[in-house]
Amino acid sequence: MTEELVLEMRGIRKEFPGVLANDDVNLDIRKGEVHALLGENGAGKSTLMNILCGLYHPDAGEILLEGKPVTFASARDAIQAGIGMVHQHFMLIPVMTVAENIVLGVEPVRHGLLDEDRAEASVRELSERFGLAVEPGALVGEITVGQEQRVEILKSLYRGADILILDEPTAVLTPQEAHELFGIIESLKADGKSIIFISHKLDEVLAIADRITVLRRGRKIETVPREGATEASLARAMVGREVLLQVEKGPSQPGEVLLAVNDLQVFDDRGIEKVRGMSFEVRAGEIVGIAGVDGNGQTELIDAITGLRRIAGGSVTVAGRTLEGANARDMLDAGVGHIPEDRQRRGLVLEFSIAENIALHDYARAPNAKWGWLFPARLIERARRLIVEFDVRGGGPLTRAGGLSGGNQQKLVAAREIARDPKVLVAAQPTRGLDVGAIEYLHRRIVTERDHGRAVLLISLELDEILSLSDRILVIYEGRIAGEHAGDVSEQEIGLEMLGGREQAIA
Amino acid sequence: MTGPDPRNSAPESPEEAASGGTLITSLALRQRAGGIAVPAVTVVIAFLMGGIVVLATGHNPLIAYRDIFNGAGLNWIFHPTTSLVPTASYNLSQTLLQTTTLILCGLAVAFAFRCGMFNIGGQGQYFVGIYVANWLGYDFAGMSPVPHILLCIVAATLAGAVWAGIAGFLKATAGAHEVISTIMLNWIAIWIGEWLFGDGGPLQNAANKAVPISNDIANSAKLPVFWGQQQLQGLDVGFFVAIAALVVFWAILNRTTMGYEVRAVGFNPEAAAYGGINVKKNLIRAMAISGAFAGLAGAIDMTGYLYHYGQTDIPFSSVGFLGIAVALLGRNTAAGTGAAALLFGALLFGTTHGLTSNVIQPELAGNLTYIIQGLVVLFIGADVLILYVWNTRRKLRRARSAEAVSAR
Repeated sequence: MTEELVLEMRGIRKEFPGVLANDDVNLDIRKGEVHALLGENGAGKSTLMNILCGLYHPDAGEILLEGKPVTFASARDAIQAGIGMVHQHFMLIPVMTVAENIVLGVEPVRHGLLDEDRAEASVRELSERFGLAVEPGALVGEITVGQEQRVEILKSLYRGADILILDEPTAVLTPQEAHELFGIIESLKADGKSIIFISHKLDEVLAIADRITVLRRGRKIETVPREGATEASLARAMVGREVLLQVEKGPSQPGEVLLAVNDLQVFDDRGIEKVRGMSFEVRAGEIVGIAGVDGNGQTELIDAITGLRRIAGGSVTVAGRTLEGANARDMLDAGVGHIPEDRQRRGLVLEFSIAENIALHDYARAPNAKWGWLFPARLIERARRLIVEFDVRGGGPLTRAGGLSGGNQQKLVAAREIARDPKVLVAAQPTRGLDVGAIEYLHRRIVTERDHGRAVLLISLELDEILSLSDRILVIYEGRIAGEHAGDVSEQEIGLEMLGGREQAIA
Repeated sequence: MTGPDPRNSAPESPEEAASGGTLITSLALRQRAGGIAVPAVTVVIAFLMGGIVVLATGHNPLIAYRDIFNGAGLNWIFHPTTSLVPTASYNLSQTLLQTTTLILCGLAVAFAFRCGMFNIGGQGQYFVGIYVANWLGYDFAGMSPVPHILLCIVAATLAGAVWAGIAGFLKATAGAHEVISTIMLNWIAIWIGEWLFGDGGPLQNAANKAVPISNDIANSAKLPVFWGQQQLQGLDVGFFVAIAALVVFWAILNRTTMGYEVRAVGFNPEAAAYGGINVKKNLIRAMAISGAFAGLAGAIDMTGYLYHYGQTDIPFSSVGFLGIAVALLGRNTAAGTGAAALLFGALLFGTTHGLTSNVIQPELAGNLTYIIQGLVVLFIGADVLILYVWNTRRKLRRARSAEAVSAR
């Protein structure tokens, strides 16, 4: 790393209707550094980066590239200036090969046709130079998520990017893949590329970044070198107050079995068997975590337990009652609470008020209704109580749920589910996309509910979350349980099982 | 430029706010943000453009609109004591007669909308109501008035519910899109009517077999007229039924668990299912209730002032389709539907009765309603586009002012 600046953003301001997303933000990037951009959701990280790569125009401020002011009218301008961005959601075409995807739009041409050989050769050359192992001839639809990410990075490099923006790159990766990504970042850095690494995960940032810029509510709080920064100091800068990073929890005191899943078999919408004979139990007063890479049957498992998907074989028993052919209503009545993995698509009716959302399961029950007649005043009254109890901020009972921030939406969902006093609480990705403060709250709450004698089934793609909350951990791989551990197992061991490592070792 | 106003700062994160959005989110935004401003602007623009059409034919649009206003009897309000009153009060009663039908046909579209469905079959459901009310009104002559009227109205309402329920059932069980199935059901209803009232049809009148027209319903099946005279097509008490239907519509949606389910399914079927709501049941039920409103419209028209129906009337009826414009303009709310129905009712009657040939081209008179109706639907459909253009313009303006600042 040198002191030479390749990029400066000065006094950037960007306002959306009612929201000041960036307010006088300065950022400077040196040649060959990894610069982390840290902040909670809504802190303005993505807005700033979208300005840098030409997708938004700043209301004020300027961008200097190697000392010269530039304006980007479009993403194309930014790419030509050597700025490449790898978005959280990849933009690849699954039916085309890796090489075709990478050269798309700037193809080497021979006789007016795509020169496949030259495309593959240049992709291979790039991938070797930076240690980004991909197979140029493979179809994108058939490679792993980690490989897709490499293809995205190669796409930017192929277009001559010197400054590479990675937006929450580890969110979709397993620990092993994340580790490999860090290796790739090191080799890019060694080649003189500058990397802007957007994240809200403190450990990652401390592991990889040279300097760290913290944003909070659209303002730059500080830029610090990694040396001297700690998780606690960064969290304080991000949230603006002291944050408890470790979940405080006592030992669990398991009681009776409240949820028993026996030889469960579930198919997805396309008729593919996604849960293939799973059996496990969750006891009162314990948190059982299910770890696994996305798409290994977690969604179908949750749907089956909550009555949202038909069970093809086996059984689900709640508090001693085996429910056959149960629908969502039956499961709710049996005492299953469910914090769904997608709060916006499933957990909330965004157009409904907070009060109406809180009544989503019990709108037809007394005291909310009688003989089919609804009493909105009682819905509001109940909502008012829960808003206080669960610290939902950003509105009153009549505020539209869609107008709340992600963290408050999730608190709203948690409030509804916990207030029904369920025996079993299924928490799917309870903190996905939330910021440090909200995560802290929800984690504490989940532990509290465990201590109140509920059986908690936690499903998460975040291994950290599973490890810090669970009393027991089950690893799911291709619809089966690939391993069972006590809560204090190491990340590496689970990581291997998440990829089916143990299975392969046995075979 | 000022800083964000903390009182109305949108709580969405900028990322969310900026991600722009799908058509659905813009539609949702429109529903929320619009209030009555957008429909009002829509109407004004439609009237302006209608005025241009009048102007193009060499007439004065202001006079034309004044005459439509008077022709609809709306001037009755201003001078209830002058000699104009008999005409004005007659005109107003006719306008309200049209309004009655349009309220019910509008509700038929609005209710399905609130459950996330587009009921284009109001016309067919209306016809089914007409047929059943006519059949029972004639065949059950001899009953005493109150039960007879109730029988006609209840049975026709149920018939409309069943007719629309078919489309709901097909959607819930086979996934058939309700737009397609309701359109097809319209045609089935039309051809059933052609057969019923046509030569030798089962409901064709007994007196003159040469005329493809139904029997008149019995006097015991006729709704009482409270404004004007029955012989002169006065305003019947069906008007109050329509007003009551508006209240019922509002109450079902906002004060019953059924309405809660309808709205939940309409906004987000997946979340509704997660909440324990039976989505399929709600699709069928909401369509049936929609159809009930249209069937009721048919029953009220038949027992209120039509009394009989001709084979040749069938192709000329378009109240079911006007109902779509009414619901859209009224934003699928009870009050909005009532107001929009009055507007279209006044237009329908005012353009056909208020205009003389020195005010407007005679060929244009009745069609002006349809021009304005078409423009309203077009603009309402397009106001997603208008919002988009608005936002883009604002962005451009900001970009320009930012450039101006940096240039200084």
